Amino acid sequence: MTDQQDLAIRARGLVRRFGDLTAVAGIDLDVRRGTIFAVLGPNGAGKTTLLRMLATLTAADAGTATVMGHDITTAPHKVRASIAMTGQFASLDEDLTGRDNLVMLARLWGFRSGAARARADELLAAFDLSAAARKQVKNYSGGMRRRLDIAASLIVTPGVLFLDEPTTGLDPSARQGVWHLIRQLAGAGVTILLTTQYLEEADQLAERIAVIDHGRKIAEGTSRELKAATGSGFLHVSLADPGQCDAAAALLMQHLGGSVQRSPEGAELSVLAGSATAANAALAALIEAGFDLTDFRMGAPSLDEVFFALTGGPDRAKDGKRNTTEAMT
Amino acid sequence: MTDAAAQTARMSPADTAQNDVTIAALRQVAPPRAPGPVSNALVFGWRAILKFRHVPEQLFDLVMTPLMFTLLFTFVFGGALAGSTGDYLQFFLPGILVQTVVFNSVYSGMGLSTDFQKGLFDRFRTLPIWSLAPFAGLMVGDVMRHLIAGGIILGIGLILGYRPEAGFVGTALAFALLLTIGFGMGWVFIVLGLLVRTPMTVMTLGFTILFPLTFASNILVDPATMPDWLRSFVAVNPVSLMTTALRGLMAGTATLTQVCLALIAPVVLTITLAPVVLWLYRRR
Ligand SMILES: Nc1ncnc2c1ncn2[C@@H]1O[C@H](COP(=O)(O)OP(=O)(O)O)[C@@H](O)[C@H]1O
Ligand SMILES: [Mg+2]
Repeated sequence: MTDQQDLAIRARGLVRRFGDLTAVAGIDLDVRRGTIFAVLGPNGAGKTTLLRMLATLTAADAGTATVMGHDITTAPHKVRASIAMTGQFASLDEDLTGRDNLVMLARLWGFRSGAARARADELLAAFDLSAAARKQVKNYSGGMRRRLDIAASLIVTPGVLFLDEPTTGLDPSARQGVWHLIRQLAGAGVTILLTTQYLEEADQLAERIAVIDHGRKIAEGTSRELKAATGSGFLHVSLADPGQCDAAAALLMQHLGGSVQRSPEGAELSVLAGSATAANAALAALIEAGFDLTDFRMGAPSLDEVFFALTGGPDRAKDGKRNTTEAMT
Repeated sequence: MTDAAAQTARMSPADTAQNDVTIAALRQVAPPRAPGPVSNALVFGWRAILKFRHVPEQLFDLVMTPLMFTLLFTFVFGGALAGSTGDYLQFFLPGILVQTVVFNSVYSGMGLSTDFQKGLFDRFRTLPIWSLAPFAGLMVGDVMRHLIAGGIILGIGLILGYRPEAGFVGTALAFALLLTIGFGMGWVFIVLGLLVRTPMTVMTLGFTILFPLTFASNILVDPATMPDWLRSFVAVNPVSLMTTALRGLMAGTATLTQVCLALIAPVVLTITLAPVVLWLYRRR
C-alpha cells in the first residue's frame, strides 16, 4: 500500500538499551509523508527514547531507520537538515527573550541578521507571542513556552516534526491551542510524529496510532481500526413506536445475546454487538419483522477501552484512567 | 477519504478561520545556504553577550569576588604583608587577574550544565550545524567574560595606584596569556558540566578544586615563609607558574622559560580534555 518514496519515516527493529534496561525493544515504524502519527504509551514505555533515536540525539543499539530518506546512522547531518524536534521539556534559553531565542536559531540555520529577525517576528506573530516577544522566557507561562518551543522548530519548515508529549502539563485551553496548531501544521504539509500518554489526544489528532508498552509496539492502526480490534461496541436503535420496544428488545437479544438496555424515554435500545456483521444481521432481522426504525448507529468503544484491552492488567487501566482525568482537568 | 479531506473534516470552525499571519508563518521556508563553523560559533558568542545584557547580575558575580579580594588584601593585609599597601597592590594585582580568570571558567561549566538540563543542547544537536560549534561559542563567551572581568579589575587596580612597569605592550601580552589560561582551564569545567547534572554541583566541585589551587599558590603572599612541604607544592602549582609569568609580563621582567612553564597546564589540559569533551558530548 505504501511504497518507500511515500514514507517520511521508516524504522526497522530499533533497539536501545540503558544498562540492563531495554528501553526500546525492536520497533518497526512506517509513517507516511504529510500525516500525523501518534506514539501512544504510558510513562516509561520508551516513547522519548524512540523519538530521540529518530532525531539522531541517541544512537540506536540495533536496527535501522530512515527519516525523509536519510539513514539516521550513516547520514545524521542530512536527517538533521530535514527535521525539527520539540522535546518533552522546553528547550529554550530562559535568560534570553522569546525573540532572541528565535533570532539565535534562525542565525544558526544561516539566515543573515535582518532575515533572521524578520522570520522571528513572523513566527512570534503567528504563535500569538508578539506581546511577550521582548520578555525573558523565564517569565513565560507553560502554554507560551510550549508555543515558543514549537515556533523554534519551524524556523525552517521541517520535513518531519517530532513532538514529545506536546501537551503534557498544559491546562485545557493551552492544550486546545496546541492541538489547533498541530492540525494547522499538518495542513501545511509537515509530517508530524508525536508521542502522548493521552488516549484522547491520539484519537483527536492522529491518522495512525502506534501503541507501545515496555519498549514494544503492541498495536498499530487508525483509531477506528484499533477500536474495531476490540470489538464493535454498542448497537443503538431508535424505534418510531415506543410501544414496540419489548418485542424489538426480544428480537435483538435473540440475535446478539447479552442484555438490551433502554433509554429513559424508552424509544432507544442499546445492545453490545460482538461484530459489525452480527449487528448488521440483527438490524436486518428487525426490519424484516416490520419494526419501523427512525435511527440506528454503532457506538465504537472508546480508545481507553482499546488501550486497556491491549495492555491488559487492571493496574495499568487505573494508571491510564488517572492520566485521562488529569488531561481533562 | 483523502488525507487532506480528513484533515479539513477534523478542523473546527476556529481552525478554518486562520488568520493571514499564521498562514504566512507556516509557509514553506527553505533553509538558506548552510553557514560555516565560524559563523555558527559567532552566533553562540552573540548569545553570550546577550546574556550579559539580560543577566547583569552575572557580571556582578564575576567581578565581586576578585574585587573584594583586591580591596581586602590590599588594605587589610597589604601593609603587614608587603610593608605598604602600594607595594602589596603592585605584587598582588597580576595574581588576582589569574584568580579571576580561573574562577570564571567555573561559570561556563555551570552554564553548560544549565543548557543541558534545560534541553537546549538537544535543540542545538538537532540542527545541521558543526557539532562542536556550541563549545566554540562557549569559548567565545568565556573570552569575553575574561576580558570584561580582567579589564574591570585592572581598571580598579589602576585607580588604586597599580602601575604596570611594562606599559601597554606588557599588559596586552599579559592579557593574551590570561586568555590562554582561561581557555585551558575552561576544558576542566566543560568536562564537569558534561558529567554533572546540576549547575550547583558543578559550582561546588569547581570551587573545591580551585580554592586549594589558588590559595596554596603565590597569588596572595610570597611563599618564602611557608613550611617546606607546602612550598614545594606551591612551586609546582600551575597557578603559581601562571602568576609568576603574568607578574613578569606586566613588570617587563618575564623570561621565556617562565612563559613556557605557565603554558604547560593550558596546553596539556587542551590536548587531553578536548577529545574527552568530544567523546562525552557524542555519548550524551
Ligand atoms: N538516559 C537514560 N539512562 C538510563 N535510563 C533511561 C535513560 N533514558 C530513559 N531511560 C529509561 O528508559 C525507559 C524508557 O524511557 P522513556 O523513553 O523516557 O519513556 P517515555 O518517554 O515513554 O516515558 C524508562 O524506564 C527510563 O527510565
Ligand atoms: Mg518521555
